[in-house]
Amino acid sequence: MGEAILRVEGIEKSFGKLKVLDGVSFSLDKGEVKVVIGPSGTGKSTMLRCINMLNPPDRGRIFLGGLDVTAAKADLVAIRQKIGMVFQHFALFNHLRAIDNVTLGLVQVKKMSRKAAMEKAMFELSRVGMQDHGDKYPAQLSGGQKQRVGIARALAMDPILMLFDEPTSALDPELIGEVLTVMQDLARNGMTMICVTHEMGFAKSVANEIIYMEHGKILEEGPPSDMFNNPQHPRTKEFLGKITQLYGETEKSGAAKVRE
Amino acid sequence: MSQSVFFMFATLPLLLQGAVVAILITLLSIALGFAAGVPITFLRIYGGRLGKGFANGYEWVLKGLPVLVTLFILYLGFPKLGIQIGSFAAIVLGLGLRSAAYQAQIYRGAVLSISTEQTEAGLSLGLSRFRTFFTIILPQAFRLSLPGFTNEFTIVLKDSPLAYAVGIVEILKQGRDITTTRGHTFAVYLACSILYFALFQLFYFLFQRINKKFAIPGFIFSK
Repeated sequence: MGEAILRVEGIEKSFGKLKVLDGVSFSLDKGEVKVVIGPSGTGKSTMLRCINMLNPPDRGRIFLGGLDVTAAKADLVAIRQKIGMVFQHFALFNHLRAIDNVTLGLVQVKKMSRKAAMEKAMFELSRVGMQDHGDKYPAQLSGGQKQRVGIARALAMDPILMLFDEPTSALDPELIGEVLTVMQDLARNGMTMICVTHEMGFAKSVANEIIYMEHGKILEEGPPSDMFNNPQHPRTKEFLGKITQLYGETEKSGAAKVRE
Repeated sequence: MSQSVFFMFATLPLLLQGAVVAILITLLSIALGFAAGVPITFLRIYGGRLGKGFANGYEWVLKGLPVLVTLFILYLGFPKLGIQIGSFAAIVLGLGLRSAAYQAQIYRGAVLSISTEQTEAGLSLGLSRFRTFFTIILPQAFRLSLPGFTNEFTIVLKDSPLAYAVGIVEILKQGRDITTTRGHTFAVYLACSILYFALFQLFYFLFQRINKKFAIPGFIFSK
């Protein structure tokens, strides 16, 4: 497939007495898409935040393209520019217009000129279908629109890895589709991605591997076909069974189907 | 009666002189409150145990003391310890140091009510903590603090007549001086009240306009 973009080795994280991550290891090659599923509160979001050091792990190492992210002297500014993050509650900067949300990082961190930043921002907004809404403020956008701007903002930094933290969990069902479509296009165009999500349709269509996490550990991992059709671990079976019950109907009716 | 009404208008020039002093006291006290309040906010949010302890203590003490008492300590008490504090300095310090405690509370509330995701989003783009605070958190905290700040401003304005207690000639002292020499007591004090009320309205409308100017389109600060 290519060289490993990301290697996570034995990360552990506790918040006070609560051990949230208990030895998580996996790796990601260039262009791979991995979907992380599991019950809430099992450390999935924490794990994502370890990767870009928003929550440094207590133990373990993380390597981004060979660079040790967890090293004491790691250049977090440089590393974080290579990792794009999309948040469950969008986290758009409320006092800035959509276009300014996207240009902020370009001007402040990449030191681009205003003109160049605007051009790049418009390009990214077009990629997510938001080119006509650049002048709007986040409060004037719907949830799906906000999330697409959030994706554009992350993409504008030209990351080599994109982290999605339950990007559609806070959206009305009708708005989920537009965001998933953007994510699917990204995956098909070769972006390396880790997505924490409950959207099984998305996982089935673009994931190279599904990781099932519970209580801070990876219980099982494998290609979607294996995981959905032949899960080994009893907890995986139970979880996927429940999810299919909830989401299964929409699968069958094709409502979550992707444009081929 | 009509004599009194006429007299009210006749006192206006003197009272307006007092109004200038009242406004000056208010502006300086608020400015001191801001200059001292902001560092206290930082200490309370980002300070270590010592910093947080100091900030907490400061707020606790300054909110617990009546301004008049603080005023007397500064103006009458300190000189006995060898530190001379003039009447104008005393009123500005008295009002300003108390205002710092309340302003610190306003700004702290504003900063803390901004979701941590905002900071996370800034950091994840590669912004330093410093830049994240100044370009993302601060502009939003500023707008969130405006209502509280407006309120604090009007409180300081309405407390400015305490300057009377240390002999400063602002609106109330002017009024008192007039009544002791010329009478028309009710009319004069009524004139003072109207003037204070007019100042209050003036600043209120001013802050309304500022609020409108900086409002973020579509955004209602409720989380």
